[in-house]
Amino acid sequence: MPSREDVVRVLVSRVTDPEMPMLTLQDLGVLRDVVVSDDRVVVTITPTYSGCPAMATMRDDLVHTLHENGFGDVQVKVSLHPAWTSDWITDGGRQALAAHGISAPADAPRYDGPVVLNLMPTRRVLDCPRCGADRVTLISEFGPTACKAMYRCTACLEPFDHFKEI
Amino acid sequence: MSSAPEHDADHHGLAGGDHSQWAFGTDFEDPLAGVDTSIPDGVDAHALAQYCLMLGDDALISSHRLSEWASNAPDLEDDIALANIALDLLGQARLLLARAAAADPTLVPLLPPGSPVPPEDALAFFRDESAFRNVRFVEPVNGDFAVTIARLLIFSTYRLAVLQRLVCSADTVLSAIAAKGVKELAYHRDYAGRWFLTLARGTEESRRRLVAGLTLVWPLHDELFRTHAVERVVDGQGIGVDPAVLADEVGVLLEQVFSLSGIDRPTLPAMGLVSGRSGRDGRHTEAMGRLLAEMQVVARAHPTGRW
Repeated sequence: MPSREDVVRVLVSRVTDPEMPMLTLQDLGVLRDVVVSDDRVVVTITPTYSGCPAMATMRDDLVHTLHENGFGDVQVKVSLHPAWTSDWITDGGRQALAAHGISAPADAPRYDGPVVLNLMPTRRVLDCPRCGADRVTLISEFGPTACKAMYRCTACLEPFDHFKEI
Repeated sequence: MSSAPEHDADHHGLAGGDHSQWAFGTDFEDPLAGVDTSIPDGVDAHALAQYCLMLGDDALISSHRLSEWASNAPDLEDDIALANIALDLLGQARLLLARAAAADPTLVPLLPPGSPVPPEDALAFFRDESAFRNVRFVEPVNGDFAVTIARLLIFSTYRLAVLQRLVCSADTVLSAIAAKGVKELAYHRDYAGRWFLTLARGTEESRRRLVAGLTLVWPLHDELFRTHAVERVVDGQGIGVDPAVLADEVGVLLEQVFSLSGIDRPTLPAMGLVSGRSGRDGRHTEAMGRLLAEMQVVARAHPTGRW
């Protein structure tokens, strides 16, 4: 029989991002810690962007899922350090993004030294997540959520989202 | 991933079945839940709180101004970009005001019993103008897009320099907020810098407007680097930074953009203090009262309201 802790981990690992339901919080890398004691479950998550409005929903979805499955005392903690990076998106998460037409992020830039001012459009080497062609153009560096840029494939002409490196 | 991608997989679970999820994610949460907010040894909690108010109010007021562009920007992409930048700054403001409230709860306005308003919202919506500690630079009305770009370039360059220093703050909460903010400010500055260059090298009209915008925002820019007594205290305690030391660094960076744009650094005199006081002392420009009236009116009308 699985332990309480195993049950909690499975339940928590299935909770998805409210904006991108093809990704679990674990895939996204925002799930930082799960501690199960006799009477309490403490889940720690970290925000992606400072103003990400999905954080409240993530917290409530975690609490809701655990409550529904009989875990009454649930606490969701916030961890601010270290800051979330798109590098924490798992391989499974990257495949899920691509399968749903969203191009996955490349390696995130480093921020521990001087931050270079970049006055040219951001250059990325991307393949279209729909047809695989490497001929894509940037439409907008900002997109429908804080974490995405908008691109268009010049081969199949379809627009697509790219998950930004941060 | 367990399930094969299906056309409607994104919407699976949203229709039918359990509807209770719609009631979730709408109530207040503590943005610092579970974060250790104890005050480091040797740190003056009141000064730390005052400093977080300054940084938080800069972000809050700037965010509010940028959000006024929603549905008004020159095109959809820039509408989204400015809203996105406003959202980042609002998130930074929320964390910083929550940090201020945790460090010194006496700063938080008292609300009627039963009010569900969390401390950071009480600070944002229930303080009077004289209690705001933001620089005057972020307050004036937006003007046209070129004015906003000139202001955003200077503000994001300054704020990025501040937050980069704060990554080493002895206050671990402030340090963590800064480390996340650095990533965001980096692309805010890139965005403003690119548009600055584009407008400067665009048409005669775009260049004229950019020069006019820069001329308009410049007289308040000195205030960013004027050391306030609180900043001197937090600098001495290793939790904050004296902005005067950032003036050269920020100036060099702005000079790079000006020079690529073929625009001269303005030589306009700085706008003076009012009775020796500036935004950091709670003395604001005329535009601030109207901004706060719009930002605060709904919250103040319903101090015990539940959403």
